[in-house]
Amino acid sequence: MSTTAFLTDSTLCIGCKACEVACKEWNHVEEDGFEWSGYSYDNTGAVGASTWRHVKFVEEPPTPGIGGNAGEQASWVFSSDVCKHCEVAGCLEACPTGAIVRTEFGGVFVQPDVCNGCAYCVVACPFGVVAKNKEDGRAFKCTFCYDRQKIGLEPACAKACPTESIKFGEINQLRAEAQERLQVLQERGMNDVAFYDPAHTSVQGTHAMFILRGDPRTYNLPPNPEVPTIYLKKGWASAAVAAGLLLGGTLLAFLTDGTRDGR
Amino acid sequence: MSNEPMHLPEEPAQERELRLVALRREAESRGKVKVRGIRPEGAPFPKASPETGYYGIPLLKPPQWTHQIPLYFFVGGAAGAAAVVSAIGHYVGADRKLVRDARYIAAAGAVISPALLIADLGKPQRFLGMMRVFKPQSPMSIGAWTLLGFGSAVSAATFAGLMRERYGPSFPMAVVENAAEAAAIPLGLGLATYTGVLIGATAIPVWNQNVGDLPLHFAASGLSAAVGMLELMGHSKNRALQTLGLGAALFEVWEGIRIEGRTHTHLDPLKHGTSGAITRVGGALSGPIPTALRLASMFAGRERGSSLRRWAGASAVAGSLLTRIAWLRAGIASAQDWRQPLEVQPYPHDKVEPTDKSRARQQTPASS
Repeated sequence: MSTTAFLTDSTLCIGCKACEVACKEWNHVEEDGFEWSGYSYDNTGAVGASTWRHVKFVEEPPTPGIGGNAGEQASWVFSSDVCKHCEVAGCLEACPTGAIVRTEFGGVFVQPDVCNGCAYCVVACPFGVVAKNKEDGRAFKCTFCYDRQKIGLEPACAKACPTESIKFGEINQLRAEAQERLQVLQERGMNDVAFYDPAHTSVQGTHAMFILRGDPRTYNLPPNPEVPTIYLKKGWASAAVAAGLLLGGTLLAFLTDGTRDGR
Repeated sequence: MSNEPMHLPEEPAQERELRLVALRREAESRGKVKVRGIRPEGAPFPKASPETGYYGIPLLKPPQWTHQIPLYFFVGGAAGAAAVVSAIGHYVGADRKLVRDARYIAAAGAVISPALLIADLGKPQRFLGMMRVFKPQSPMSIGAWTLLGFGSAVSAATFAGLMRERYGPSFPMAVVENAAEAAAIPLGLGLATYTGVLIGATAIPVWNQNVGDLPLHFAASGLSAAVGMLELMGHSKNRALQTLGLGAALFEVWEGIRIEGRTHTHLDPLKHGTSGAITRVGGALSGPIPTALRLASMFAGRERGSSLRRWAGASAVAGSLLTRIAWLRAGIASAQDWRQPLEVQPYPHDKVEPTDKSRARQQTPASS
């Protein structure tokens, strides 16, 4: 079965946040609290338990060719962030209950009826996506609209996007589309466009890819995200040495102790 | 514009007026007002760029565990090590009272640990979720099953031991006691060490960069806590415990040198801020102080030595608890540092001016 993916093209995003609203309405996600960040029109800051789609507002000094604004206004680049649905997912590997599963569409899904709120997935995610709902106690993140995909519909955010900045489709087809789009943009003189899909690390690619302008770090996207399972070998080797030392040391301490009663 | 008259509130909301007055007072007295979203003129404005990340908003989510989790690391670590001490003591024929007290520590830990984990999860039935599957690639799953097995083995050993003390030796109870102690050794070793792997195999830089060290560190911490507890329970003249306590304390000294002696950015949460302060106090109480007290006790008289060892034991117990809290706090601080996962170099003004010594160290290839 072919798997699906998102391709989020930040060069098309107009920052309308329709994806955020559509996601909240369809999935009945609670509000984020009404607080002003104070430094941009982005007041939620990052994806989290109550923010499954999140539009990033990158404000820059007026730059001709970015943002399409009048000269004296700040230039804007927007990018709609989402769970990356990693090919090798840290949260899925870490989950002790089997609540986090890989769906037939390639997405990573937290089954809310199985999740027990241990919050180990939170520290296992290299993208800081999955988070614990403080009141409920369980972990939540983007479901890749598993319910909608199940009946052949596209995810709510992709459907609501007015500029088709959020594209949804078969993963390999989208990868090819992304390359075509990059070429078109470069021909237009945008030399800083980049494709973000960390296939070179242990994450081995994602089901949510991005076309960005400039360095991914501007958008809080890590250059080299790693799945934490890569640390297991070293950790268990150290645990084995520790266990050996503890056992051997205790044995030695008792055997060299002259005060044994010897039964 | 609508033609309706502007709607004015009938009376100004008292609370909001008072807030304005408070803001004015604060501005007058301090020259600035500290509220999220308000920045005094001239302050560096957060930016989104490759050098500053996304407005400096942390990429990683901090550990969302409650304070019960470091407590569990402490209790579980001490219980695991106590079970090993009890089992080995049982097999080599050590002091019966020592074996029994170590077993009690392990049994108490086996009862308290699940209670702490359930308090963190919120509902008791949620702990049963851990028993749904066994997942070798998840240290959390391995830990849950280890704890379950540990509880069974230790309570069986405790029960058999109590039966023997009350009704005298009997063959079936001896079989149970020996089998339970045999099982308690690997399970106790697992319980004392797995928490290091648990936090090491995460996306948090200060944890995963120390993954090769954490299980050893936590095992030493658990052993020193178990030994300390036993000494406080009146075994402060036992020579085997002295050897174990000294070994664990020396290992913690070495651990402190490892943390303080290197200048990696990922070690910063262990040296600076609140987490750094707790790490240092915990480290001093686990390493140098018990080492010094134990060495002094060797040259002191019998009663004086025993008293010194009780102090060393108390210090080690407190140090072990603080060490676990420190590592969790360090994890939170590390996750809030947006630079590391984005691989952005720290700002020059954030760093303390490097001394000649540290500069020389930076020039040589760093060992990890």
